[in-house]
Amino acid sequence: MFQRRPLQLATRLLNAAQRHTRSAGVQSFITVDDDQVRRSAADIDERIRAGDGSSLGPLAGVVMGIKDTLCTQGLRTTAGSRMLENYTPPYDATSVGRLRKADMLLAGKCNCDAFAMGSTTEASDYHVTRNPWDQNRVPGGSSGGSAAAVAAGQCIATLGSDTGGSIRQPASFCGVVGIKPTYGRVSRYGLIAYASSLDCVGPLARCVEDAAAVLNVISGHDKADATSSTQDIPDFTQGLEPRESLQSRPLQGVRIGVVQQMMGEGVAEGVTAAVDRACRHLESLGAELLEVVVPSLELGTPAYYVLATSEASSNLARYDGIRYGLSSAGEKQELKALYRNTRGTGLNAEVKRRILMGTHALSAGFIDAYYKRAQQVRTLIRQGFHDALQQVDVLIGPAAPTPAFELGTVINDPLTMYKNDVLTVGLNLAGLPAVAVPCGFDDKTASNPLPVCVQIMGRAFDEARLIKVAHVFEQTADFAFGIPDSCSQNGRI
Amino acid sequence: MLLVGRGALPFPCCLLISLRDLGLQRHITYCRAAIHPLSGRAARRAPAGRNTTTAAAVAAPEQSKHQTKQNKGGQQAAKTAWEAIVGIECHIQLNTRTKAFCSCSNQFGGQPNAHVCPVCLAHPGALPVLNQETVHKGMLASLALNCSIAHTSKFDRKQYFYPDLPKGYQISQYDIPLGSSGSLELMFKDGTKRQVSIERAHLEEDAGKLVHGGSDQLSGSTHSLVDYNRAGVPLLEVVSGPDLRSGREAAAYAAELHRIMSLVGVIDVHAQDAVMRCDVNVSVRKKGEEQLRTRVEVKNMNSLSAIQKAVEYEMERQVELIESGRESEIVQETRLFDEDKGHTFSMRKKEGLADYRYFPEPDLPLLQIEENIISEVKDSLPEMPSAARQRLLQLKLPIADVLTLTDDMETATYLSAVLAAGAPPKQAANWVMGDLLGYCKEHKAHIGDLDLTPQLLAEMITLIESGTISGKIGKQILPDLIKGKVSPGSLEKWVKTEGLAQISDEATIAAMIDEVLASKPQELEQYRGGKTKLQGFFVGLVMKESQGRVNPAIMNKILMQRLQATKS
Repeated sequence: MFQRRPLQLATRLLNAAQRHTRSAGVQSFITVDDDQVRRSAADIDERIRAGDGSSLGPLAGVVMGIKDTLCTQGLRTTAGSRMLENYTPPYDATSVGRLRKADMLLAGKCNCDAFAMGSTTEASDYHVTRNPWDQNRVPGGSSGGSAAAVAAGQCIATLGSDTGGSIRQPASFCGVVGIKPTYGRVSRYGLIAYASSLDCVGPLARCVEDAAAVLNVISGHDKADATSSTQDIPDFTQGLEPRESLQSRPLQGVRIGVVQQMMGEGVAEGVTAAVDRACRHLESLGAELLEVVVPSLELGTPAYYVLATSEASSNLARYDGIRYGLSSAGEKQELKALYRNTRGTGLNAEVKRRILMGTHALSAGFIDAYYKRAQQVRTLIRQGFHDALQQVDVLIGPAAPTPAFELGTVINDPLTMYKNDVLTVGLNLAGLPAVAVPCGFDDKTASNPLPVCVQIMGRAFDEARLIKVAHVFEQTADFAFGIPDSCSQNGRI
Repeated sequence: MLLVGRGALPFPCCLLISLRDLGLQRHITYCRAAIHPLSGRAARRAPAGRNTTTAAAVAAPEQSKHQTKQNKGGQQAAKTAWEAIVGIECHIQLNTRTKAFCSCSNQFGGQPNAHVCPVCLAHPGALPVLNQETVHKGMLASLALNCSIAHTSKFDRKQYFYPDLPKGYQISQYDIPLGSSGSLELMFKDGTKRQVSIERAHLEEDAGKLVHGGSDQLSGSTHSLVDYNRAGVPLLEVVSGPDLRSGREAAAYAAELHRIMSLVGVIDVHAQDAVMRCDVNVSVRKKGEEQLRTRVEVKNMNSLSAIQKAVEYEMERQVELIESGRESEIVQETRLFDEDKGHTFSMRKKEGLADYRYFPEPDLPLLQIEENIISEVKDSLPEMPSAARQRLLQLKLPIADVLTLTDDMETATYLSAVLAAGAPPKQAANWVMGDLLGYCKEHKAHIGDLDLTPQLLAEMITLIESGTISGKIGKQILPDLIKGKVSPGSLEKWVKTEGLAQISDEATIAAMIDEVLASKPQELEQYRGGKTKLQGFFVGLVMKESQGRVNPAIMNKILMQRLQATKS
C-alpha cells in the first residue's frame, strides 16, 4: 500500500509541507521537524538497501503529522496555545510512541484550535490554517491542521483528536477520511486533555485503507490510561479489497440507518444533496437503507457543552505557571498575580469562555441543573444510539451541517460555531465510533465546489464494519473524491 | 525567579511565590515553631502534612498541665456542667511502595523532586492509574475500623488552586467513600469504654510541599520552592462521628487509631516521620442537652497531648464565652493550635462553605471490589486492640496492666505468644511489662525484634514457677537470654549446666543457714535480744552464700525454725 521509497517521498511531501507552512500557503503545521524526518527517512532507506527491510515497522517511511494536542518527546507541543509555546514534553503520547515504533516519519505538529477548543482552527494562538480547497475558507477544527495537511498532500496520514467532532468535521471540510474510534480504543495518554470522558485520538488520511492502517497501529490497551479498552483489536485493513475485486453488490445484507434528525433543518442544501446521493449509491451497492431516529439526539449539543466545558475547566487548571509552560507574575511577585497573569495571557478568549462555562456548571447551586442534568441527557443519548443500532448495522448522516466556512465568519460568533457541532457531539457522548468519508461536493453553497463527508457510525468497537462500508463506498464512488487544484501537480499529489 | 537544580531534575518545577498570598503571615511565628515550617499551609486544606503529627503512640495524658494554668472558674464549669462534642478527621499516609496514581516511589525524603514523573507533576496529557496496593491498604485499614466496604465506589476531583497541588485538583472520594459506618472502641484507666463511630474512610492523594527560601525563617523568606516528592502519595482520610466528649477522649481516639493502623501495617510502626494528621471539630454543650452549638475546627496539633490540650483549651474558651453572654463570638471557623502558648487562634473565618466543585474523576473507572476480595482481606486482619484488651481482662489482669500491654500492639502480640507457650498470665505480664519493656526502653529496641523469643521467655517463667530456678536468677539470666545466648527448648539444661538451678533441698539449705548463723554469733545474740529486724540480714547472707540460688520459701521456713529455736 505504501511506497517504500521513504526519503524520496518524504522529501517531496516535506517540500509540499514547506510550501504550505510559509505565510502564503495552507499553513497546516505549527512545528515542522525537517532535519529529523530527513534523517529518519535516510535511515529507513539505508535499512532497505542493507536488506533489513523485513525489520521495518508497518508504517516505515510514512510521513505523518501529529495534532499538536499530542505530546511528542523532544518535539515542542503547544496544543495550539501560547500557554505551552515553549513546552517540550519529556514523553511521547502512547499513540505517538506506537507510530514511532511502527517507523513512521514524524514531519511535525499540526495546527489546531488552542486546547482543541474550536471548530475552525482560527482559535489557534499561532496562525490560521487555510482550507486547501479554498484558501479563503477554514479547514474546520479543531484538527484543522491535521485535515489540511492530508488534503494538501503534505502528509500521508495525520493524527487528530475528536472530542465533539474535531476529526470528522475538518475531514468533511477538507475532503479527507477521518476515523473517530470508540472511546477507549486508542490510549489518551499524552493527549492534552480537553474533556477526558469524550476525547478520542484517531487518524486522518486520504483513503480509508491508510486510515485503517494507522488505526491498527495506535489501537489497543495501554496500562497508562485506565480508561483504555482491553477489547481485541482486529486487523482493520483486512478484507479491504480494491475496486476491481469487489462483487457487484458488496454491501448486500448491510442495513444502514439514515439518521433523520441529521438530514433536515439546519443542514445546508448542498450537504443534504451530497449525502442523499451517497445514500443512493450505497443502495446500489446492495445495502438496505432505513430511516432511523436516534431518540434524544437533539439534546446533544447543550449536554455536550456543559459536560465538555465542565471537564475542561478542571483539566486546564494545571496550567498555573508553576511547573512548565508560560509563567508570568508580572510586577507583583505573588501567587495570585502569577495565576492571573499566566492564565490571563496564556489562554485565549475561547478557552477562557469554556473554562468559565464549565466552572459555572460545576459550582455549588448550579451543578444539579447543569452538570448532573447533562449527565442524565448523556445517558439518554447513549440509550438512543443503542436503540437505533439495534435496528440497523450502521448509521449514516453528514459529518457537518455545512461545507467549510469563510474565514472569520463564525470565530466571533460562538453560538453559531457551537451549533455547527450538532451532528457530531452526540456520538462522542455515546462513546461510539464513526468514519467520515468524502461523499461528494456541495456545489450550491459557494461558487466553487466544496467537499462534504458522510459519517458512518456504529456500535462500540465495531470500527471494522464501519471501515469496510466506508472503503467499499470509497472504492466505487468516483464522484465523491477529488484533489484540490492548489495542491495537485498534474492531477496527482 | 529561582530555580532549583533545574539541570538535575527530569522535570523542572519550582517558582517564586510571595508569602503574602499564601495567607500565612499572621501565624508565621507559630508555624516556625512547628516541625513542618508550613503547617499553616497544611491547615488550609485537606492533604496531610507529613511532619505535623507525631507518630509515637503514647498513652493519652490523663490531665494536661496546661489546663491547670487556665482560669479556674472556666475549668470548673467545663469539668462539671459542660461537655465537649468532638469529632476528628485524620489523614493517614499509607505506606505503599509507589504513589497512588503513578509508579513513583512513595518514599519519604530524598532530594527535592527526585520522586516525580509526568503524572504526579501533572504534565499535559498525563493520566492517573490507580495503584492496587493503595486500594488493598485502604481496605485493610477500613475493615480494621469495622467499616463496610463499598462494592462500587469512585474517585472525584476536589478543585482548588495551590502551588503544591499539581493538577489544580486533588483526586479524592466525595460521595461514595471506600469505607463507611465503622467504629472503634476506646478504653480508659478506670475501665470505662467508649464506642466511637467512624463515619467514613476514603482514599485520596497528598499534595507536595512548599519550602521557603531566602531566609532561614519563614517570616523573612523571599520566595518558595515546591517539592513534589509527596505529591500523589496515598492518604486514607478517616472521619469520626461527633462522639468524643473531652480532650482526653480525643487524644485516646488518635492514639487508638494510630495503634490500629500500625497493627494492620498500613503505616510504618516505628516511622521516624509523622504519618498521621488529625484535625478536630469542637463544640460544647451542657450535659444532658440535645442541641448542638456552633463548632470550630482546630488544626496544627503536633502530638497526642497537643490534641488533648487543644480540645481542652477550646472547650474552656467556648464555655467562657457562652457563660459571659458572648456566645455569638463562637463562629464557624478554622483555628490553629499554638503548642507553646497552649491556646488556639483564628486562622480564617468560614464565609460559607468553600466550593470545591467536586465531580467524578473521568480519568479513572469506577472502583469495583468483589465480595470475596473483601472477605479475604477481612480474614487476614489480626486481633484488634479492643479484642486483645478484652481477652487480657478475662485473664484477670488489672486494667492498668492491660492498657500498658496493649499500648503498642507489638507488646500484646508478644505477650500472647508467651501465654500460648504455656506461661501463667500474671507472671508473663509482669515479665513483659517490667523487664522486657524496661530493656526495650533503655536500648531503644522493639519487643518484636528481640532475640528472646516468647517461647524462651515462657520456658523461663515455667522454670521459675516449678521452682527450678529462682525469680532472682531469672532476672540475672535475662540479659543473656535477650542476647540470644540460649536457644529455645534448652533453657532447663542450660541453667543446670551453669549451676543456676535453685537449691530446694532442705538439708543443704539448713546446712548453709547453720553455717551463716555460726559465723555471726554477735548478730544472733542481738536477734535473740529482740532485734528481730535482723532476720533480713541473715536472709541476705544466705542468699549471698548460695549466689541467690536457694529457694526463698524453704530458706525462710528453715531460718525461722533455727532463729526461733535459738530464741527459746
